[in-house]
Amino acid sequence: MIHFLVHDKKDTVGVIVVEGVKAGQELTGWLMEDDSTVKLKALNDIPIGHKLATKPIGKGDTVIKYGFDIGKAVAEIKLGEHAHVHNIKTKRW
Amino acid sequence: MINAKTTFQGYRRENGRVGVRNHVIILPVDDLSNAAAEAVAHNVKGAMVIPHPYGRLQFGADLELHFRTLIGAGSNPNVAAVVVICIEEQWAKRVVDGIAKTGKPVTGFGIELHGDHDTILRASKVAKEYVQWASELQRTECPISDLWVSTKCGESDTTSGCGSNPTVGNAFDKLDPLGVTMVFGETTEITGGEHIVADRCATGEVRERFMFMFDRYQEVINRHKTNDLSDSQPTKGNIAGGLTTIEEKALGNIQKIGHKCKVIGVIDKAETPTGPGLWFMDSSSAAAEMVTLCAASGYVVHFFPTGQGNVIGNPILPVIKLTANPRTARTMGEHIDLDVSGLLQREKNMDQCGDELIEVMLRTCNGRLTCAEALGHREFVMTRLYESA
Repeated sequence: MIHFLVHDKKDTVGVIVVEGVKAGQELTGWLMEDDSTVKLKALNDIPIGHKLATKPIGKGDTVIKYGFDIGKAVAEIKLGEHAHVHNIKTKRW
Repeated sequence: MINAKTTFQGYRRENGRVGVRNHVIILPVDDLSNAAAEAVAHNVKGAMVIPHPYGRLQFGADLELHFRTLIGAGSNPNVAAVVVICIEEQWAKRVVDGIAKTGKPVTGFGIELHGDHDTILRASKVAKEYVQWASELQRTECPISDLWVSTKCGESDTTSGCGSNPTVGNAFDKLDPLGVTMVFGETTEITGGEHIVADRCATGEVRERFMFMFDRYQEVINRHKTNDLSDSQPTKGNIAGGLTTIEEKALGNIQKIGHKCKVIGVIDKAETPTGPGLWFMDSSSAAAEMVTLCAASGYVVHFFPTGQGNVIGNPILPVIKLTANPRTARTMGEHIDLDVSGLLQREKNMDQCGDELIEVMLRTCNGRLTCAEALGHREFVMTRLYESA
């Protein structure tokens, strides 16, 4: 069972692809770039489609997905923590 | 697997273009003419009315776009014949003359000096002849290079970027070498990935034109915005589905153009491309607006990846919807033509899903109705550039 996907090795977030992920759950992730798998513990309940930090992200850090800049962290995001609009904002507009 | 010898059964029109549908449409030029147009479509079974709310006191580039969209919709090879109805005969004639360049049957009617009753009577007689004439047209075998395929995604979520959008990209990479004419757009939803699209442009000239369109749309946003647009772009549905920023949405969005095909040209809204390959069309990112512009540009079949579950259709352009979100496939299955959620569990690979999408496309082109067609989704939404005079 794949619980989350990571597009690129440089990415700092992954996408939950199953329903019902609970805080404390051990998750298996698929790193699509090299077809490897990684293990990670979820720190929160995370809905399908939402992201979790796959690396520790500091406040003000650029968040990386697809190997590219998708915005900035406006709060610290711990490894395995729900990464969403409460802690990530656009750098545009 | 498809190759250059792959064919489909289409309707070859008077101008050589090939359609995959055989509609007779009743086309109002303006809001005031909807009632008469609807009455004609009620009288004549098999005729389809395309009502819309605009067409009065538009001016300048906005008026040009209005006419380009209506003439383009009528000229689309999925349309066999057209009855045009307008409050003013002069403007009906303008649309008729534009559509007539394709060689297809088209007649216009003005309501002024006649009233609705007389207009409906005269237009219904012509529409009936058109429907009976069109019903005898036959599909013929056509090479895949005759296809024009458009794409735009909607109600996207993170599964769009993981699964359904790259499935379209995989299909586009396979269709491109076969001489298919393709298009993508959604200018603001490239924000954060514009460098990637710019790098995919075939020439410096195309790149410059793309960046002109991109910057022009950014100016529109900057002129009118009151915040960072996080209330509307990404949308509430996008955010519910896990997307956070326009950059993240854009990087997922541009998965639709695959890895190999180059952007060979740039067109403005509802303009017609002049040759095969992948085109960029400057366009709104609102689903029905963008799909309507694709129909007006002459595209005959559309790939619409969705995450959270968009229900869109179009009266002229069959919209094939696909999703990689297993929850959407389960809860909104009647709207989904292709479920690629197996990608997310490594049960399928991208190549398989790209092939499956092409298979669904060919079946659709041969006549199978899409979910949107079966459910009666006929969203025809014209893009406006600014206020009326």
